Amino acid sequence: MNIDAALPTFVAECRDLLQVMEQELLKCEQDGADPDTIDTLFRAAHTIKGSAGMFGLDWVVSFTHEVEGLLQQLREGLFPLDHGRIDVLLKAADYISNLIDLVEQEGETPSAEVIARGEALLTQLAKVSSAPQSNAMTKVAAAANKITPATAKLERDPSTRFDSAHSWYISVHFGRNVLRDGMDPLGLLRYLKRLGRITAIATVCSELPNADDMNPEDCYLGFEIGMESEATQMELEAVFGFVRDSCRLRILPPRNRLPEYINHLDELDEADRLGAILMHCGALTSWGLKEALRLQAEADAASASGAAQHKPLGQLVVEEGLVHPEVVAAALATQRRGQERKVADASSFRVSATKLDALIEIISELVIASAGADLLARQGGSSELQEANAAVARLVEGVRNGALQLRMVQIGDTFKRFQRVVRDVSKEIGKEIELVIHGAETELDKTVVEQIGDPLTHLVRNAIDHGIESPEVRVARGKPAHGRLILDAFHDAGAIVIVVADDGGGLDLTRIRKRGEERGLIARDQVVSDNELCKLIFEPGFSTNDTVTNLSGRGVGMDVVRRNIDALRGEINIDTRPGEGTTMYLRLPLTLAIIDGFLVGVGDAQYVVPLDMVAECREFTSQDAELAKTQNCLNLRGTALPYVHLRDYFGRREAPVRRQNVVVVRSGNRQVGLIVDRLMGQFQTVIKPLSPIFGSIRGVGGSTILGSGKVALILDVPSLVQHAAAREAAVVHH
Amino acid sequence: MPLNRVSASRLRVEGDLTIYEAVALKAALMAALVDSPMLEIDLSDVGEIDTAGLQILLLIKNEAESRGRDIRFIQHSPAVREVLEMCDLAALFGDAIVIGRHDAAAEAP
Repeated sequence: MNIDAALPTFVAECRDLLQVMEQELLKCEQDGADPDTIDTLFRAAHTIKGSAGMFGLDWVVSFTHEVEGLLQQLREGLFPLDHGRIDVLLKAADYISNLIDLVEQEGETPSAEVIARGEALLTQLAKVSSAPQSNAMTKVAAAANKITPATAKLERDPSTRFDSAHSWYISVHFGRNVLRDGMDPLGLLRYLKRLGRITAIATVCSELPNADDMNPEDCYLGFEIGMESEATQMELEAVFGFVRDSCRLRILPPRNRLPEYINHLDELDEADRLGAILMHCGALTSWGLKEALRLQAEADAASASGAAQHKPLGQLVVEEGLVHPEVVAAALATQRRGQERKVADASSFRVSATKLDALIEIISELVIASAGADLLARQGGSSELQEANAAVARLVEGVRNGALQLRMVQIGDTFKRFQRVVRDVSKEIGKEIELVIHGAETELDKTVVEQIGDPLTHLVRNAIDHGIESPEVRVARGKPAHGRLILDAFHDAGAIVIVVADDGGGLDLTRIRKRGEERGLIARDQVVSDNELCKLIFEPGFSTNDTVTNLSGRGVGMDVVRRNIDALRGEINIDTRPGEGTTMYLRLPLTLAIIDGFLVGVGDAQYVVPLDMVAECREFTSQDAELAKTQNCLNLRGTALPYVHLRDYFGRREAPVRRQNVVVVRSGNRQVGLIVDRLMGQFQTVIKPLSPIFGSIRGVGGSTILGSGKVALILDVPSLVQHAAAREAAVVHH
Repeated sequence: MPLNRVSASRLRVEGDLTIYEAVALKAALMAALVDSPMLEIDLSDVGEIDTAGLQILLLIKNEAESRGRDIRFIQHSPAVREVLEMCDLAALFGDAIVIGRHDAAAEAP
C-alpha cells in the first residue's frame, strides 16, 4: 500500500507540533506551567502518536506513548512540571524530531543505536513520572518489545479495566477516493485495534456495484465496529484523521445514548440492517433500540399532527428520564468542539513550496510579457491599446504582489527557535542569558528565511559564547549577572534589517587592527572606519584563540556567515561599544524574485536600480561637474555626496550626452549619487541570477529581461555605495 | 500476469493483492469466472493484501453468486487470513479456511 503521498504531510505536521512543544516547554521554564500549556503539550504528543500509528511507525508510537503518559499525569496534577521534567521532555521532543527526520530520509525502521538512545530516554521519563519504579520499568520493557509488530499492541487487561460502559460503536464508510489518496482502510482498522479491543465488526459491502461498474481503485467498503476502549472520542476520531473529510464517520460513545443512535439511524438508509448490526455489536440492547424507535415514531407523530410544540429529541429523552442531562450536554459540547475545530482549520492551509515557486515563475514570465506588450503598444501609438495595456499592467502588478505576499512569512518562528539555542548553549557554558525578541511579526520572503537560519545561528552562538561575559565578570563590571541577547527585525527601505545585539564586552578593536595588520588585510597606516575594522572578523580564519583572546573563536564560522549573507545580496554592519556590547545589523532584501526597479540608461546600455533604494533624481548640472572634478563629490543641499560615474565604472565608450542626471541612492545610512545619461522610469523587474563567471564583477547583482527582449543589469547598490565611500576615503586620505 | 492457471478449474493468485494489482486482477478473475462454471482460487501465494484486494475478493464472490457459478477460495495465505479475520469475513469466505491444514482442505474435492 502506498502511503508515501501522505508522508510529507505527516512529517510537516509533526515538525510543527514538535516546535510547538519546544516553545511551550521553554515558556513553562521561564514563566511556570499552567494547565492550558500542559494541555497543548499533551495534545501535540497525542496527535504525533496518532498520526505515526497510521504510518505503522511503531517505535515512534511507543516512544511518544510514554511521553504522552507523563503529560497525562501532569495534566491530572499528580506532580508539577518542574525543571527536571521540562528537561527530559525537551530531550524527548528532540528525540522524536530525530525519528521524524529518519522517517523522512529513509522511511525505514530506526537502527539499534537509535532505539537504545530512545530506551535511555524512556528510563529517564519513567524516573520523573509518578508511577512506582517497578511499574515504570515494565513499561519501558513493554515499550521496547513493541518494536516488533507482533507485540506492538497497547495491551490492556480487559478484565480489570473494561466494563460495558466503555463499549463504543463506530461506523465508518469510506469515500470513493480513499485508496487513490494513498490510505488503506485496513491499515486504519489495524491502528484502531491498538486503542482497545474490537468486540465485533461487520464489513459493509452493500455499495459494491456489479463487476461492470466497479472500479478496482475506488473504495466501496464500510465497517460497523463495536469496541471496548478507554480512549476518548477525540482519540478514536483521530484514527480517521487523514480520511476524515472524505468518509462518513459516526462514533457513538458507550452506554445507550438514545438520541445519538436515533440520529445515526436517521442518517443511514439501511436502518433495518443497521439496527441488527447495532445489536450484534452489543452497543445497543434490543430494549434500547425499540425504545429509541418508539420515541422517534412518537416525535414524528407529534410533529405530523401539528402539536403546539415540537420538542427537540435531546430534550425529549431527558424528560423521559432515559438519558441524563449531563450526557446530552456532553454530546452538545462534543458537537461544538467539532465545529470550532472546523473554523480553525479553514483559516489556513498548507501549499507545497514547489507549487508556489512554479506560480512565481509563471508570474515572472507574465511580468516580462506584459512589459513587452506595453512596449509594442507605445511604439504602435494607439492610445486605446496603451490604455488597455496600462490596465493589464496594473493587474499584473496586483497579481505579482499577491503572489509574493504568499511567500512572506513572519520571522518570529525563526527567532523563537533560538530560545532553545540560547538556553542550551548558556547552560552548557554556565552563563545566564535571557533572549529578548522584538519584531517577530516582521515578514520576509520564505527563501530568505530559510537561508538566514544558519548565519543567524552562528551570530547568536558567538554572541553567547564570546560576547556576553561570565556572571562573575559582569558583576565585577557593575552589570547585572543576567546577560541579554536581543533579536530584532524591522523593515527599512525595501530591505529587512535583522539585529543581533548583546550587552557583553564588545569587540576589542585594537586587537582586531593588530591582527588585521599582521595578516596583511590592512596597511599599517591605512585609515579604516570602526565598522570596516569590525568586518575583518568575517575574514576566513581571522581570529584565533592565542591572538585575540576577547574574540576567541569568533572567526570560526563567521566567514560562512558573510558568504551566506552575500549570496542573499545582503550586508552586515557592526556597531560595537567597549564594555557595553555589540550589535550586528543584517540587511537583507525582502524578496529574491521580483522587485520594483528604476530603469536608467548609460549610452546604449540600460541598468536597473532597485526602486526602494532610490532617494531622489536630479539633473547633473555644470556646477556639479565642476565640483566633481575638483572635490570628487557632489553637493546635495549643502552636504557632500560621493558619486559613481556609471559610464566610467562600467567602462562604456559612447560619448557622453549633453544633459546627464544624478540618481541619489541610499543603502543603510549612506547616500551616493549615480551619474547616468537617461532616466527611463519605473520597471517591474524579474531578477534573473547571473552566471557564476560574472560573480567577481562588483556592482552588479543580477540581470533582468526588458520588454524589448534586451538584457539589463541590476545594480548592486550596497557595493556601489561601498565603492564610492572607499574612493572618497582614499581621496581624503591623500 | 498475477494469475496463474494451475489446472482447468484452478487458478493461483501470485504475488500481492493490492491496489497496484487490482485492475489487472479484476479483469483476469472476471474473465476466468465467465469461462468456467466451477473455479477454485488458490490464495496461498498472496503476500500482501489491502482494501483494494479485499474488494476484489468480495466482488468475485458477489458476481459468482449472481451468475450461479461455484467459486471457492482456498489455501488462504496468512496475510489473507489476518485480513478476513480482522474484518470478520471468515464465514463468508469460509469454504476452506482451515488454519494449518491447507493441504487437506485443498485436496478435498
